[in-house]
Amino acid sequence: MMDLKKTPLIYEHERLGAKLAPFGGWLMPIQYSGIIAEHVWTRSEVSLFDICHMGEFVIRGEPEKSGFNNIVTFDLRTLPIFSCRYGFTLNDAGGIIDDLIVYRTAENEWMVVVNAATIDGDEAHFRKHLSRSTDFQNVSSALGKLDLQGPRSLDSLKRLAGPGVANLDYYKLGYFNVLGEKIIISRTGYTGELGYELYISADKVKELWKKLLADGRVKPAGLGARDTLRLEMTYPLYGQDITADTTPLEADKGKFVDLNKDFIGKPALLKKSKPSRKLISFIAESRRSPRHNYRILVNGKDAGVVTSGSFSPSLSCGIGMGYVDLPCAPGSRITLKENDVEIGATVTKGPFYKKGTAKISEDSHAHTG
Amino acid sequence: MHIPDDLLYTKEHEWVRIKGKTAAIGITDYAQGSLGDITFVDIAKAGNAIEQFKQYATVESVKAASDVYAPVSGKISKINGELAIHPELVNQSPYDKGYFAVVDINNDKDPSRLMSAAEYKKYVEGLS
Repeated sequence: MMDLKKTPLIYEHERLGAKLAPFGGWLMPIQYSGIIAEHVWTRSEVSLFDICHMGEFVIRGEPEKSGFNNIVTFDLRTLPIFSCRYGFTLNDAGGIIDDLIVYRTAENEWMVVVNAATIDGDEAHFRKHLSRSTDFQNVSSALGKLDLQGPRSLDSLKRLAGPGVANLDYYKLGYFNVLGEKIIISRTGYTGELGYELYISADKVKELWKKLLADGRVKPAGLGARDTLRLEMTYPLYGQDITADTTPLEADKGKFVDLNKDFIGKPALLKKSKPSRKLISFIAESRRSPRHNYRILVNGKDAGVVTSGSFSPSLSCGIGMGYVDLPCAPGSRITLKENDVEIGATVTKGPFYKKGTAKISEDSHAHTG
Repeated sequence: MHIPDDLLYTKEHEWVRIKGKTAAIGITDYAQGSLGDITFVDIAKAGNAIEQFKQYATVESVKAASDVYAPVSGKISKINGELAIHPELVNQSPYDKGYFAVVDINNDKDPSRLMSAAEYKKYVEGLS
């Protein structure tokens, strides 16, 4: 573990008794009290996640001239100021280099949030395709990132960032004065619950972590719960459900790809607009969990592979996602198999968990407060 | 970490409580703690023969599935049916309510190949 990178909060995690494990080149907290308890707490109250390992780039310039608009799969010109959007960067074959969220922080200023394990590759890709005159900064080490997620997240955040934070709609961002700094807070997250992502200087992230946890309702949660939460929402995990060898169309993420504009990888996508395999999601018939790399059998025929699988704390059974190359509509019965283990499952349309609070309106906030 | 004095232990973190010719078996407090939230337990059926140090069960936590090995050889006379509905009993009570099975022992030499509580404690301390 000598080479693993550590976030500024590593000693806080140790102090809280977290189980630490390598993730994307980082030593990260997997759990504190337990994955199921943290998962359930996030769905009902509010949890705090250390996400300092993820990367952030700041890009300044007009996106058409800079080449930025050609790097992402959606049209940056249609993204309003103080809004965020999910999308992809692709290679020439249409394979996914990364999934990312772009923040428009000013007319011609953008922040791009990328996965931890892909920061270097992403930076190289951006630098290669941005015009030389474009101002590109990798601010990953300078910025700390905390995710506050759960139905009670707004109540907790208001105390720190002021009542104005309640005005943020889903996938909007704003600047707020917190701990003497003007920080970005966005109403985003990867859990399906009402939640916020906070970007503060790396020097101050420990103070922010402590302040947020000082509210007794806020409990720390690790990457274990983050993984079960995102899987219940059928959100893909880069490196597992989506990779450089899969396209957004195969991953059933066509709605994040705008084929009416140009971008790197679009010609390849158009050539194979009817993908030969597709990402499906499925619910197991028992508490037994399908796991990464289990085979997927359709009508007894080997049809694909599980990319993500876990026990679902909300549904109390196994759930998962995987690619199949045979038709497999929702409702189809399939078998997940590895050696002697065979798990019966039914193909379903995501998300598995349908009561997430992420998109609830301001009115409903007031009633939950 | 709880390591009862009256049990014997394997290097794979299983325990056995021997009473005459029968034995209760399960996984240790250390094992359940390392696995985290246990969500599923699959045990060989009652009537099946099991062999010392060979797999007879699988235990799943949220993140992973692990093999469980028999601390003694014999025939399973009873499995803990409660674990099908409440696998979390293994986390809550690894040596009592979370036992896996009861076995009729058929090899008197098996216990000599296991660790005492004191030996297991030393072994576990050496792992961290």
